[in-house]
This record gives sequence, structure tokens and C-alpha cells, in this order.
Amino acid sequence: MKWKVIEKSKFPILLGELTEEHDVFVPVKEKNIVFFERLSLGREAYLDFRNTKKPPKEVFFPQTETLFIHRIGKKGVEIEEALIVKGKRVLLGVRPCDARSFVLLDKFFSSGEHKDLYYLEKRKNTTMFGLACNHPLSTCFCTSLGGSPFGKEGMDLLLQDINDKYLIETVTERGEKLVEKFPWLKDAEKADIEKAKKLSEEAETAVRSKVSVKGVSQKLDRMFDDPLWDQIYQKCLGCGICTFLCPTCCCFDVLDEEGDGGKRVRIWDSCQFSCFTLQGSGYNPRPSGKERMRQRIMHKFSYFVKNFGESFCVGCGRCVRECPVNLDIREITKAISTRQVK
Amino acid sequence: MSNPYIPNLAIIRKITTENEVNDIKTFELVFQDPEAMKKFKYRCGQFAEISVFGAGECPLGIASSPMDEGYIQFTIKKVGVVTTALHNCEEGTVIGVRGPYGNGFPLERMEGRNVVIVGGGFAFTTLRSLTKFILHEVNRDRFRDLTVIYGARNPGELAYKYDLEAWGKRDDINLNVTIDRVVPGWTGLVGFVPAVLKETAPSSENAIAIVCGPPIMIKFTMPVLNELGFPPEEVFLSLEMRMKCGIGKCGRCNIGDKFVCKDGPVFAYKELEMMPKEY
Repeated sequence: MKWKVIEKSKFPILLGELTEEHDVFVPVKEKNIVFFERLSLGREAYLDFRNTKKPPKEVFFPQTETLFIHRIGKKGVEIEEALIVKGKRVLLGVRPCDARSFVLLDKFFSSGEHKDLYYLEKRKNTTMFGLACNHPLSTCFCTSLGGSPFGKEGMDLLLQDINDKYLIETVTERGEKLVEKFPWLKDAEKADIEKAKKLSEEAETAVRSKVSVKGVSQKLDRMFDDPLWDQIYQKCLGCGICTFLCPTCCCFDVLDEEGDGGKRVRIWDSCQFSCFTLQGSGYNPRPSGKERMRQRIMHKFSYFVKNFGESFCVGCGRCVRECPVNLDIREITKAISTRQVK
Repeated sequence: MSNPYIPNLAIIRKITTENEVNDIKTFELVFQDPEAMKKFKYRCGQFAEISVFGAGECPLGIASSPMDEGYIQFTIKKVGVVTTALHNCEEGTVIGVRGPYGNGFPLERMEGRNVVIVGGGFAFTTLRSLTKFILHEVNRDRFRDLTVIYGARNPGELAYKYDLEAWGKRDDINLNVTIDRVVPGWTGLVGFVPAVLKETAPSSENAIAIVCGPPIMIKFTMPVLNELGFPPEEVFLSLEMRMKCGIGKCGRCNIGDKFVCKDGPVFAYKELEMMPKEY
């Protein structure tokens, strides 16, 4: 493990040098919205945020992604595999909760007989440069789900804002190699590391929301037909923002688009939409918001736990912050854990 | 590692209209690449993703038997965007096929035993694959008595009339074809599948039942099988769910923690009893 420091004013230089060999994805701010984008000329990284509005999942799992292009010509049909990005990438400025989401998504996309190369190839070629969270929001609950504001899971490097400068901590060998490319970075002093430790402790206590997920999975096993679902979905509008902004939600639709040669694309989809499970015959196994809300909660706290051993939620709180009717997943898990079931 | 989303190119060699109203057709496909055709090894009850370029992709059960070499068949009802586009295709059109996917029917478990196949409507496609497979001269001795119950709304809706005719002439299959209501000129069985099953009353001794059909048929067939003494672990159902990717990634065909595309589509009734009733 190596510790380096860099003055904040010099950070754009480091970013500039990074772009020479990598596609660098950073948080940018536009119209008061912070989201991830590929760093390009005239764009500035914006690191003074609480958390980004959109999670960084789209760097590996874009909202619309071409799977292949097909051309129908005189020689018949030709298929051109859409480029699975092979270039080296750096994803910088990812909060620890979001970095953990990739640990979960990696498990999912690499599972089973058929691996999802579109996700995995991009992931494989990316150095994850996290950004510690000094000021968690009131809606954050990462500590309840195995994360922490200074957590390093899923990261190669961790950037820590120690007020006047940034402390860079290497986590993996890949992270160390990246730091070696910048010999001009100064070694951190003991005081810098101490400072970061203090900030980390403060941040940890600042995460006040506690969610009890212990035993929720087992409880949910017996709650499929519980009347609780009839209550909690009532105010849901079915807009799907909770799933679109969720760093772990990754359901998609596959369809063809016409254009210069047709395209097979996949686009984000949501279990909160009625047509998600609507069958050709008109039958829908999840006919109302009740079943769809239940699916979302069950997937995160029961089904994924059974298949992959942990909850499919990292406690980023986006679904809580952005829900237009203030549905709160923390309250739902609380209602489940305190529910009396037969 | 190969990319699972890229389909093989296949030519529609033959199109057979299966029903009177002409919305069910059987498409016979041959892969453009003979190597890919050879590599496409499937089991009865598996499905594949069929692409019509420009229209999209949809999952369809394989209707041919694994013993049919050099081609595969799909029997397709015109329902949505892709199946309508397929129905508009002519012989010679190039489409895409990827797969096979899913678990298929439990053939090993069926060996040396009596087999009861119960199907309704155009869900009979993979059951036709299974029936053809069992009746093949290479395989017939591996299974004991074969009872098939197949129902359709009316005679015009019965698919595979050419197969039914040939099977009807054999003495190594107890074939029961039924239609829902009396129709002039129809001399065969009349009645819903569960009622015909009850009447036929195949023995549950050393037997296994394979069921595929619309939800309403399944609902009334299960109690009959139970009455006949079929334990839940000897009844297998092939399920349908809306699917996109076919490989357990797009996230929509789950029933509880199981995905119909990769853990199914065939489940023992005993398994289903443990799963949430959301299908």
C-alpha cells in the first residue's frame, strides 16, 4: 500500500496526464446535475459533490448499448459485432457505495454459463479510482450493507479529500502501477494519513441511517403473500426512477433499431413498468404495482442473497432521494424486519 | 470466450401452415454455416432466440426432434412484432438463431418408464419434439408406454396434422386428440384436456407426466394428475415467461430466485410448489 499526496490545484495536471493513455471518466457538473462523463477537452472534473445524481454504472452498462450491427445486402445478411471496448479506462471519483456496486454487478454479469462480455470487457480494462465520502447525506445507509464512507472494496485507488490537498491511497497492484506513472507525486506524511483517518471516523458516525438487513432475507421467504405489499405500493407511481438511478439495477430490454444498417441494442429497463413482464397473450404475472414493488424488494434482499450471498443494495440512498412520492427503502426494510409473520 | 448475443445466420428452408386461420406456421431452418448447424446440439424442451433483423428477437421452443439432422423447426403463432415479421418472411429469408437455451425435459429420468404427455393449444411444440424423439426407432425401446393427450379449440386449430395422422397408425403410442366443442364432421374426442386425461386415466405406476399448455389448462390438469396418483416430483411443466436475453441477464423471467430461461423452462411440479406463485 502506498500513500501519495497532491495539491488540489495540481489535480487537473494528473487528470490530463491520465488521459494520454486512458479514457478517463469523471464526475462533471451541468445544470446543477453531477454525473459521469468521459473527460474531454473543455470539460472539467467536478469533485466537490456529495454524490452524483446518476450512478457510474453506465460507464460499463450504458443506458443504450449496441450489441451488433446487421446489414442486409446482395450477399445476404452480414453481422458486425459491435466493438466491445478494449481500450484502457480510468473511472475516477466513484464513491465507496458505488464502487461496491461493481463488486455485486461483477458477480452477476460473470455468473452462469453465458458471460456478459459487453460489461465484463469494459470492467476488466478499467482502473477504479474511488473518492472517499467526507460528508455522507442523511439518506445514506452504506454502513448497514457492508460498506463505509471510506471503504475500498471494488477500488484500485482511493482519493481522499483532506481539505487543502488530496491523499491517494493505493489498494491494488493495478492502482500502484498507475501511481508509478506519476513520479512527481509526493509521498504522504504521517500527519496527512492521520488527518484522513480522523475524517474517516467522522464520516462513519455521520451515516446515521441504520437499516437492519440481518434476517430480512429469511423473513422475506415467508412474506410473499403478506398483506404488507398491499399497503406499501399504494403511493408508488411506477415511474421507475428508483431502478434507473440504482447503482445495482441492471435489467435491460433488447430490441432492433433501424438506421445505417440495423442495430441490435440493449437499453435499460425497469421491473417497475407494467410491460416488463407482459406476455404476448396479454397475460401479465405481475399485473399491478404491488407485484412489481415486491419484485424489486425481493430481488434486492432475498433473491440476490440466495444466488450470490449478499444484498443487491449498497445503501447509496438515491432511490430515497429521488422518489417523487418519498417512498423510502429504509422504511420498507424496517417494516419487513419488524413484521410479525407466521 | 464467445459472445452469447451474436446469432447464427439461418435460412428459412420451408414454411408449413399449421392451422386454418393461418396464424400458426412451422418454420424449417438451416444454418448458413454447416459447422454451426452441427454444433447446435439440443435437447427436447429447450428453446432458442430467433431474430428477424430489423424487427428484433424472441424466445421460441424448438419443435423439431434432436434426431432430425441438418435442420431445426419452430412452430410460431403470430402474436407480436417479431412473430408477425416472421410470418411475413418468405422461404429463403435469412434470419438469426442463437441457443439452445434452458434445461429441457428430464429424458434420463423418463427412461425405462411410462410417459404421459399432456398438451393444449400451440404450446404443443416442444411436446411434439419430445413425442417425435421417443417414437424414433433408435429411442422407442428406451421408454415404456407412451400416452399423448393433445387438445385444441377446434379441428382447424390442431397443429402437426401430418404427425398426428402418422402417430395414429402406430400401436406403440396411445394418442388422444381432442377438441373443445362438438364440430360437424369431427369423429374424434370432444372435451377439455383435463377431462380427457381423467377419462383416459393413464396409470401413474412407474410413470412420469410432462405438461405444457395455457395456464387455465394447467390449473385443471394438476388435480387430475394428483387423483391419478402422480406425485409432484413426477410431474414436469414447461413454463412461459416474457424473456429477452435468454441467458439469465436481462432480469425479467424470474420466478423467485429462479430464472425460467436458465433454471427452466422445465420444472418439476414439486419445485414449483416451493416457488412463489408468480407465473
